[in-house]
Amino acid sequence: MVDESRPRRVEALNSGLAFERPILELEQKIAELEKLAASTRLDLNGEIKLLRERLKRTIEETYRHLTPWERVNVARHADRPITQDYIEQMLDDFFELHGDGYFGDDRAMVTGMGKIGGRSVMLVAHRKGKTTKERLACNFGCAHPEGYRKALRKMKLAERLRLPIVALINTPGAYPGIGAEERGQARAIAENILEMFGLATPILSIVIGEGGSGGALGIGVGDKVAILQHAYYSVISPEACSAILWRNGERAPDAARALRLTSDDLLALGVVDEVIPEPLGGAHRDPPAMIAAVKQRVLAWLDELSAFSTTELLDRRYRKFRYIAQGVLAPPPL
Amino acid sequence: MTANERKPEDDPELSRLAGKKREMPGGLWLKCESCRQMIFRKELESRQRVCPNCGFHFTLPGRERVEITMDPGTFEELFADLSPVDRLKFVDQLPYPEKIHSAQRKSGQAEAVIAGTGTVKGHPVVLGVLDFSFLGGSMGEVVGEKVARCCEVALETKRPVIFFTSSGGARMHEGAVSLMQMAKTCGALSRLQRNGGFSISVMTNPTTGGVTASFASTCDVLIAEPGALIGFAGPRVISTTLKQDLPKGFQRAEFLLEKGQIDAIVPRDRMRDDLARLLSFVQKPA
Ligand SMILES: [Zn+2]
Repeated sequence: MVDESRPRRVEALNSGLAFERPILELEQKIAELEKLAASTRLDLNGEIKLLRERLKRTIEETYRHLTPWERVNVARHADRPITQDYIEQMLDDFFELHGDGYFGDDRAMVTGMGKIGGRSVMLVAHRKGKTTKERLACNFGCAHPEGYRKALRKMKLAERLRLPIVALINTPGAYPGIGAEERGQARAIAENILEMFGLATPILSIVIGEGGSGGALGIGVGDKVAILQHAYYSVISPEACSAILWRNGERAPDAARALRLTSDDLLALGVVDEVIPEPLGGAHRDPPAMIAAVKQRVLAWLDELSAFSTTELLDRRYRKFRYIAQGVLAPPPL
Repeated sequence: MTANERKPEDDPELSRLAGKKREMPGGLWLKCESCRQMIFRKELESRQRVCPNCGFHFTLPGRERVEITMDPGTFEELFADLSPVDRLKFVDQLPYPEKIHSAQRKSGQAEAVIAGTGTVKGHPVVLGVLDFSFLGGSMGEVVGEKVARCCEVALETKRPVIFFTSSGGARMHEGAVSLMQMAKTCGALSRLQRNGGFSISVMTNPTTGGVTASFASTCDVLIAEPGALIGFAGPRVISTTLKQDLPKGFQRAEFLLEKGQIDAIVPRDRMRDDLARLLSFVQKPA
């Protein structure tokens, strides 16, 4: 559980992750004792065992009381598993299909055919990148119109080939830029949303980290919409909301609370269908366990959705979003 | 205090707001946000709020839009009583219910969209008009619901649907519920389109964010008023993110037409005629 790189991160924590400090310090202490035990052959097993128990309690206690803003920072954690990890560990095979057919290959959106538990699927997913160089190339997961058009093109191919679509959402938002506007960012997102209602193949959308507004919804019209426990899904980033409503960028923690963007809130509001629990202390503490949990749910949903005829599937999808998170009026009976 | 109680000419930001928000109770004069000339308010109102000097199209209140678009006496409002609910118990500097009540008092409307049926030069239509003066024309649950219902009425009555938009986007105070309205409206529009319906979107100044990124951009024909600011991200967000100045005319209707993002620009004084012409291609007048 304790890897070499993590203890060194103690000093590099951003303010939103300050709650991790006691945990990281304990992890560091354990690592030091283990090193000492190895180099001196002293028997420190008792001490190490006690510290490990304390560590577990500290993590449990800390993660039980995370504020919404702290959870946003967990969702953005540098070690959190991202699309590349899911491609490597959740899929048995993956063939990336780059072409949007219009303008260019948007690195912030990855699409292609994959195999999961022996079945073929079409993956459409936001990509953030691991290294600084990759992150820059992927615009930190902020897709351009060509990213959304690439996704739509591949989703239409999936429909033709009868491949279920698995969409992994992890974006701070669609890219706000000159080229993006010139090439119709709003229109590209809107067309994806609209077209997804007509795709005659099952669609799963899973928010694995950041569900940033329209940029997330652009691949989010799923028959099942799930979110990982510490991921968030919001109409606006807490920072931007704070800047607009409080006229001050410093109130992001208040905005995060007000926006009800955590997985529990979204489930209660009816915005998502299911929350996938994360390993103790967040997905970043045990990426393989997180990815295995997602894989297990994906396989179960694929089974569940394969029972519906195309007409049933499209009717259910329409109804789901037509009456989603309904508060004003109850939906009419079937 | 409204922007006009201070002197707009002293403060460019205020005059910009005055032009945008059109809050001009009492003020005799106001400054055009485009040409910066002082305009006599009465004159502006008598010209459908188009600047007599440069032709800039000021944001039109929802009721005035209905009035200048529909044949007199034909508009029947629908779903007027749907009022927003504070699902999130959202509080920033003011609680959300207080903002709703103040917008309702000022506008005499329950929400930021006016929906109904009527005729345009004899053509029966369903009409949905976003009103920027009501919380920036923002889309929360009720706006999304009424837009979706407009599509449903259009489908049931076999009428085309026309939307006029002016909106800052999704309404933050309703959180992810607002975001879901983008899906709800597109779903309803998709069903209308797959069943042979016809839809027209007229984007007016300003139309941004979640409204542009949903039903406003997915109607069958996309029209804009001259000079209208239309985009996904607001210009200020873009210039702050990129730390650079934006090209001249960026995100304006003319720019979008040149980039192939909209179908036509129609000035306000020709809107009714052009809508009727467009409708005549797909249906006979009643
Ligand atoms: Zn002017």
